[in-house]
Amino acid sequence: MDVIPKWADAILIPLISILLAFFISALVILAIGEDPINALKLMVQGTFGNSAGIGFMLFYATNFIFTGLAVAIAFHARLFNIGGEGQATLGGLGVAFVCLSLPWPHWTVALPFAIMGGALFGALWALIPAYLQAKRGSHIVITTIMFNFIAAALLVYLLVEVLKPAGSMDPATPRFPEGTHLPRMSDILGVVGIEFSDAAPVNVSFFIALLACYLFWLLVWRTRLGYEIRAYGQSEPAACYAGISPTKIILVAMLISGGLAGCMAINNVMSAERLVLNSVEGAGFIGIAVALMGRSHPFGVLLASLLFGFLVQGGAEIDFWTNIPRELIIVIQALVILFTGALDNMVRIPLAKLFLMFRKSGA
Amino acid sequence: MDFLTLLQILDTTVRLATPLLFACLAGLVSERAGIFDIGLEGKLLAAAFFSAALAAVSGSVWIGLLAGIGASLAFSLIHGLASITFRGNQLISGVAINFLAAGLTVLIAQSWFQQGGRTPSLADGERFQEITLPFSSLVSGLPYIGQSYSELFSGHSLLVYVGFLTVPLIWWVLFRTRFGLRLRAVGENPAAVDTAGISVVRLRYSAVMICGVLCGLGGVYLATGLQAGFVKDMSSGRGFIALAALIFAKWRPWYALFACLLFGFFQALSFRPDVVEGVLAIEIPGPLLDALPYILTVVILAGFVGKAVPPRAGGEPYVKER
Repeated sequence: MDVIPKWADAILIPLISILLAFFISALVILAIGEDPINALKLMVQGTFGNSAGIGFMLFYATNFIFTGLAVAIAFHARLFNIGGEGQATLGGLGVAFVCLSLPWPHWTVALPFAIMGGALFGALWALIPAYLQAKRGSHIVITTIMFNFIAAALLVYLLVEVLKPAGSMDPATPRFPEGTHLPRMSDILGVVGIEFSDAAPVNVSFFIALLACYLFWLLVWRTRLGYEIRAYGQSEPAACYAGISPTKIILVAMLISGGLAGCMAINNVMSAERLVLNSVEGAGFIGIAVALMGRSHPFGVLLASLLFGFLVQGGAEIDFWTNIPRELIIVIQALVILFTGALDNMVRIPLAKLFLMFRKSGA
Repeated sequence: MDFLTLLQILDTTVRLATPLLFACLAGLVSERAGIFDIGLEGKLLAAAFFSAALAAVSGSVWIGLLAGIGASLAFSLIHGLASITFRGNQLISGVAINFLAAGLTVLIAQSWFQQGGRTPSLADGERFQEITLPFSSLVSGLPYIGQSYSELFSGHSLLVYVGFLTVPLIWWVLFRTRFGLRLRAVGENPAAVDTAGISVVRLRYSAVMICGVLCGLGGVYLATGLQAGFVKDMSSGRGFIALAALIFAKWRPWYALFACLLFGFFQALSFRPDVVEGVLAIEIPGPLLDALPYILTVVILAGFVGKAVPPRAGGEPYVKER
């Protein structure tokens, strides 16, 4: 089935799917009596019009890179991890514990430990569904969905009953100490003399996310483990025959996946400087759209994350300026998942026919 | 705790179990035919919104009912298109449907009613009224049996009774009719059904459509029976609890009824923490009660309490002549 050339598979099909998703979103905007062109204009102005807009876009994109990579690594092992939301919630808990446990002297000391804390908690939350899938055959999609809800309930309990400082009404942890405050993009770019708005929460985590993309690529395409994960994802019997242990691959892939989702917390929780309810804000689910759109490749995930960062920031703008609520972004997200994930063949089959026609006439 | 308090909690249980039951039976029919459906949540939500919206606009709950079922069917059709016709990933399609419903309902609600993503509150004629069963006021004086009759069995909306009657109906269709046999076969071994000259595609589409109707009824009940109107994200995870109940019930209709009643009971208890404390003499945190259905499902899935085996061809697109 290699009728479709590689470049078309990697670029053309996602592009057509996304255009379809945007086209239908435009129809939805028209149907509710608003102007899609105007909406797009507002989104672009609100994001690229000033450095604060760009900052927010990059901040959201950082979240989506982590959750997108988390879904992507599981996809490589042909596992569908819907649990990014819960794993990122637990990651937030891990980061909060690390930040609150010691009077950290400087963020450079705190950050590596926070990454470890977030990754550890996220990974452990993914471990149970992974173990149940590998050893007891329970479907990982169902267990990770259940774990999302359990994580949400756990967080409510911990924040309301345990972690909330005495006398506070707000279900949130105390503020993190000064030494855990991450430098913002304005501080970093200020060193080299570039002015950047300090209103946006984008921070040094963005670079950690970029590093994570690179490490992801190294892991999947340049290491033995990555090869085993991909081999298992391509064909389980073949991988078994080659001596690859399915249990090991499921566990390791899900640990990495949960760890990546948990790492998201260094961005959203550490920059908020305390842990609040629902700090993940659906980023775990957007990771699914991002991974599907990015074809589970880190560069694709990066681009898709930037696009979704733009959509979320632009969505906040049109929510503010027009009668279109920000839920429009959820619709776009749903359509992207639908077209790039579930209706993939709808684009692929006609395209394959087209390529076949050209090949025949060329030969 | 006195008998009346118990009756009140059980009464709430029945109300809260009904939407779960509809969604659970919907998922049962679909998954028995080999189409996994994690988009139950989205369909509940869509049906809830469109039933409330149309009932509010037209002033008739029956038009709302039709609109709710229609909306749910439309989403089912998308799911069928993705997972049967285009042989896409059924799980991804379900995820997409959930988000599509969550987004579209608020978007349209804001555009139609400008009330921040909700519909106006429904008046009496725009809702399903509570039905008082005959003689209930007459026997309400009788202790226990009479009280149970008037408090627990009487005074629910029409859809609650429909929901409970759907259980034997689905059981009968699935296990006592030719259609049901074929439907179950297509979820276990579609190739065999195909060889027998029966259309796999048609069977699976019918299952998905039945699923749409049932989910629609569940959503309509949410907005026009349980509550009076639609609010943003009002299904609040019920589609997933129904999914949990489905696994808990091991894909069997009567067990589904008990699973839904059990999970409805947990929900009812979380409204009455005082009773829980009084009976158990220890404080159970509310979030634990909320999470209990999910925890139980994981335990069941782990196979510690009997093994839950899904239909064998579930989630697999059927390719003719491989």
